[in-house]
Amino acid sequence: MTMPSRLPDPYVPDGASANLADILERVLDKGVVIAGDIRINLLDIELLTIKLRLVVASVDKAKEMGIDWWETDPALSSGARRRELAEENEQLKQRIAALEAGSSDRPAEREVSG
Amino acid sequence: MTELRYVYAVTRPFDGTLPEGLAGVAGAPPRLLAHDGLLAVLGDVPADDFSEEPLRARLEDLDWLTSTARAHEAVIGALTAVTSPLPLRLATVCHDDGGVRRLLDSGRERFTRCLERLDGRVEWGVKVYAREAPETPRDDTGSVGSAGSAGPKEAASGRDYLRQRLRQRNARSSILSEADTGSRRLHEELSRCAEDVRVHRLQDARLPGVPRGNVLNAAYLLPREQSEAFVEEVRRIGARSSGIRVELTGPWAPYSFADVSDPAREGSEGR
Repeated sequence: MTMPSRLPDPYVPDGASANLADILERVLDKGVVIAGDIRINLLDIELLTIKLRLVVASVDKAKEMGIDWWETDPALSSGARRRELAEENEQLKQRIAALEAGSSDRPAEREVSG
Repeated sequence: MTELRYVYAVTRPFDGTLPEGLAGVAGAPPRLLAHDGLLAVLGDVPADDFSEEPLRARLEDLDWLTSTARAHEAVIGALTAVTSPLPLRLATVCHDDGGVRRLLDSGRERFTRCLERLDGRVEWGVKVYAREAPETPRDDTGSVGSAGSAGPKEAASGRDYLRQRLRQRNARSSILSEADTGSRRLHEELSRCAEDVRVHRLQDARLPGVPRGNVLNAAYLLPREQSEAFVEEVRRIGARSSGIRVELTGPWAPYSFADVSDPAREGSEGR
């Protein structure tokens, strides 16, 4: 007899299961916040540090890269777009710098100056 | 060695038992503490790691955080199979059983209200990805148009390079906008089946194990007996949508719906 309240088996999509980000965004960001005797406010500085570390190895590196995804509005993909553009900007700057450096070494590359 | 109490969740008294050999945070098997009609699910953890100073430091340690988070979720997951737990945020720690009872008392009104609202509910997570990850396509050759002699991979000049980038960006943004449309439609349809919905921030591909091109990351709350129909619905919509890949996780305890922080109501409304 199947109980009406019985929970279906966990659904595992094609061998993949919840990734670490799925778990962390729930246990760190969600769930009931109630003060125990040990007062650690995950919402404060600690959480920011944790999140920075999730993205890249160190806080300095993250700041250097201008990573701020945890602050962006969670509305669909607008954050992702903005980030993409910023990344691309950076890549373009680097590329331009590389091209400029290259053109000063060698005289008159075909279209670079034109 | 002194031990503290790590509290995972608050539940109503329930029939059924947690699985044998379930290891919680710090390897300690979870136990139950009943107090005035509520149950706290807790584990004994070493003060060396969980009192304030060390805990602060531990939370900065990504490996420690990872295993703690997984252990926390393992206990909540096991609880979800036997009851409808109200999950507490990671690292809710009390000094002793007395502290846990005080915690239950101090949150009683809120716990009761949430447990009532979430009774028999589970959360399903749905993530949508752009089918072609919007990665810089290395194979994007196209015709560079001019000089002709330039190899397809290397732009001949700064200008060609910029043109190539522009084309890539246009291709990428059309992939993203198709995925965005698809995911909005999916989200609308799934929202109609769900009692409540939360849209989470998108997952960043720099996180370990996260694919590129996440365009929707949402959680849906539904009565557990509707789970199978929901899973079917996700599959159905996913299969007919072009341009997106849908990933489903669950059933989760209703983490995303647990904390209605309504201090105004809390303060003013004495039932």
